[in-house]
Amino acid sequence: MNPFRKLDGLVAPMDRANVDTDAIIPKQFLKSIKRSGFGPNLFDEWRYLDVGQPGQDASGRPKNPDFVLNQQRYQGAQILLARDNFGCGSSREHAPWALEDFGFRVILAPSFADIFYNNCFKNGLLPIKLAASEMDALFAQCQGTAGYRLMVDLEARTITRPDGKVIPFDVDAFRRECLLNGWDDIGLTLRHADKIREFEARRRIDQPWLFA
Amino acid sequence: MQAQTLYEKLWSSHVVHVEDDGTALIYIDRHLVHEVTSPQAFEGLKLAGRKPWRVNSIVATADHNTPTDHWEMGIQDPVSRQQVETLDSNIREVGALAYFPFKDERQGIVHVIGPENGATLPGMTVVCGDSHTSTHGAFACLAHGIGTSEVEHVMATQCLLQKKSKTMLVRVDGVLGVGVTAKDVVLAIIGRIGTAGGTGYAIEFGGSAIRSLTMEGRMTVCNMAIEAGARAGLVAVDEQTIAYLKDRPFSPRGDVWDRAVEYWRTLHSDDGAQFDAVVALDAAQIKPQVTWGTSPEMVAPIDGIVPDPVLEKDPVKREGMERALQYMGLTPRTPIKNIAIDKVFIGSCTNSRIEDLRAAAYVARGRRKADNVKQVLVVPGSGLVKRQAEAEGLDKIFIAAGFEWREPGCSMCLAMNADRLEPGERCASTSNRNFEGRQGAGGRTHLVSPAMATAAAIAGHFADVRELA
Repeated sequence: MNPFRKLDGLVAPMDRANVDTDAIIPKQFLKSIKRSGFGPNLFDEWRYLDVGQPGQDASGRPKNPDFVLNQQRYQGAQILLARDNFGCGSSREHAPWALEDFGFRVILAPSFADIFYNNCFKNGLLPIKLAASEMDALFAQCQGTAGYRLMVDLEARTITRPDGKVIPFDVDAFRRECLLNGWDDIGLTLRHADKIREFEARRRIDQPWLFA
Repeated sequence: MQAQTLYEKLWSSHVVHVEDDGTALIYIDRHLVHEVTSPQAFEGLKLAGRKPWRVNSIVATADHNTPTDHWEMGIQDPVSRQQVETLDSNIREVGALAYFPFKDERQGIVHVIGPENGATLPGMTVVCGDSHTSTHGAFACLAHGIGTSEVEHVMATQCLLQKKSKTMLVRVDGVLGVGVTAKDVVLAIIGRIGTAGGTGYAIEFGGSAIRSLTMEGRMTVCNMAIEAGARAGLVAVDEQTIAYLKDRPFSPRGDVWDRAVEYWRTLHSDDGAQFDAVVALDAAQIKPQVTWGTSPEMVAPIDGIVPDPVLEKDPVKREGMERALQYMGLTPRTPIKNIAIDKVFIGSCTNSRIEDLRAAAYVARGRRKADNVKQVLVVPGSGLVKRQAEAEGLDKIFIAAGFEWREPGCSMCLAMNADRLEPGERCASTSNRNFEGRQGAGGRTHLVSPAMATAAAIAGHFADVRELA
């Protein structure tokens, strides 16, 4: 996994609540057996005017000019502003894969769906929960300012706005450590292999029906 | 000892290790695997030179991509076929406690086959790369949907990194009216607490109305806990739970069964246990429900109307409602009963079990679908459900009503196979998500119970199943 420490990035606004993972990456693209290449199909049904198919070259497809990420000013955005319950619905990790492949590294929202939130950290994507009032202000600034950028510092746990205001944020210490270092969860867990074996051996005796 | 909630009992009995910030390693007893969210996990394992920790924890099936008709022709879509064949070869290489491949007589939707084979047992931790894993909580399991990285993590370590959830009790007391089902109960709950109401919580469903539900009804309720934002739903063990599990293929037998049952009977919240949140609903007030929007919380009783966004004060919510109504092609204040439909889908991990099919057949018996309804798909949850339904003659009732009787699978719940809505088509669906495009790009989904879906198929528009003579 790519480590995440600090990012000075262009910001794009996704001003709607309950953006679900079906919208982030529609089902037909879930047929892939790979982890990469989902970026061109991020928000496929909103982004294009036709219905996309897996394996299709997206470069010639008609784009929806009204969709926010198609606007010239947001090209190259790495930070996404979102509303409540972002990433609700299915557990598909293809959603963070698509966001990451498209170029996003940070998502700011008042709340996230649990599974999506969790999946982000496994893919070098940083989801940050901010108060709704902070989000309102960021949306207003972003929509009102061409080339709006934010500085996100995971080490310091701060977001710095162009006007100098510093917004602190919370993130679990363990997740922060993993993301800062780009650590592989599995490697970390296997350090406790003896404890797992011990637990399992006890369980085998106490609840043998689980090991049939 | 301090009174504990069911969630706390399940949690504490699975903790292997805790980090300083409370992140815990919890041991996983059962790992359900399907073709969509597993290929990258198997590949990751292989690339790292790792082997699954405990192969016998794995129960696998192909369900999302499989066609529901013309099985003799195999899987026509080459991309879908490759995904299913990849699961075949991964399981062949790695092994599993059980694998129910495409066309196997016990193949079916992963959340249907786990319980019906006794592979889901009380007190287990159950994971699957599928958000509707919450279904298994009906058996007092701690059951979580996980992402593909976590699928790989569980395969490699038999553990999941997890933070303890807060606990919520949703209590439904009283007697449900005739024609009001588990699906209506859970839709009413989501309507009350919202799609993010359960975020960060494990929800235990309790109260006399929940106790009165069959195991299949409880599965329907827990299935949609995720639609309320909760990663896990739970129902305490009672005599029904135990009776359901007796003599299932993977259920324990003999002395071990007795020992297991003794333990299972402790799997309930203690008297006086404290929850972080409690929500109470009166069963008698719950009517058959129909969703009108693009989020499961956008729901109304059958005798209600499509709400008017003008009355919503919160601007983000109001915009969401306006966008939903535009997508759904609905006008505010339209009576729900006046909404005509094009298609009906009876199936999915929410409502494809034998009791669901019986409820649909009960309404369909001796009737025919309305002429404006182009297609009514009935998709059993598994090969075993299909066989049972046919033994009871339910298939003949459906066919006589002009419905299509299909092979098992996820089908038009998420439309990864050929079963889907065309742009603008409106569907009465017994599935779990009414998101934009969920059942096909541009398709419009209304979530209902199997009885209500059938009533809509007969009437051609939403109708109150309680008024059907």
